Amino acid sequence: MQRLTQALDFQSQALVLRAERQRLIASNIANADTPGYQAREMDFANALRQATRTASGRELAVTHAGHAAGGFGPGEVPELLQARHSQDAIDRNTVDLDRERASFADNSVKYEATLRFINGSVRSMLDAMKSANQG
Amino acid sequence: MSMFKIFDVSGSAASAQTQRLNVVASNLANADTVAGPDGKAYKARQVVFQTLMMGEATSAGVQVSDVIESGDPGRRVHDPKHPQADADGYVTYSNVSPVEEMVNMISASRSYQNNVEVMNTAKGLLLKTLQLGQS
Repeated sequence: MQRLTQALDFQSQALVLRAERQRLIASNIANADTPGYQAREMDFANALRQATRTASGRELAVTHAGHAAGGFGPGEVPELLQARHSQDAIDRNTVDLDRERASFADNSVKYEATLRFINGSVRSMLDAMKSANQG
Repeated sequence: MSMFKIFDVSGSAASAQTQRLNVVASNLANADTVAGPDGKAYKARQVVFQTLMMGEATSAGVQVSDVIESGDPGRRVHDPKHPQADADGYVTYSNVSPVEEMVNMISASRSYQNNVEVMNTAKGLLLKTLQLGQS
């Protein structure tokens, strides 16, 4: 049973993080004109590694009720970094709109790619379950 | 946790930009207003944006925290025949700078468009997520 869902686990964690990053970039774009706003960015590779620690086979030891079992629970968010910025603005806003829009497009494509990966694995699983005379 | 929050974030930003556009419209409409009998002409207004955290750390919306009046002195024109001229023959106009307002207008409309685009992309991705596992 776990074999079936293991591939999906990784992709679904990636999808959740992509959605999270999408929201972060949307926040940066929304605050492009807010004085003093500091643009933030997510280290996606690091966040995904953190979220899929259990999926990679190296399970965290859970010896206490308060221990996290890897992955992000509801309300938990990956660590956010200050985004790089190329020019200082007089109102201390550090949103680089060009870079944010590029990141937004990049993240949209990768979100959709992850969706397709999930669809693909679901389809292959369904195909494997079909009998030979089912077409 | 979900991408639905993007609509709150970008929606708040679009609403804030609309208020900014509203203020620009008021300013431009009153660009040639002269001072009344009290000697006080229309003062140019400006909105102040502020980041509005929406629950999680990754969702940062925008709100208009204040509308401030410019303290610049109004434009004074020597026109003794004008009915509103003072004892020295000067008419006080509002302190609106039409060039500044036009720049503000373009900036607000571009930011508005950016946020609409963000919402459209998020909507597209969510619709595709809705079709996960189908077809």
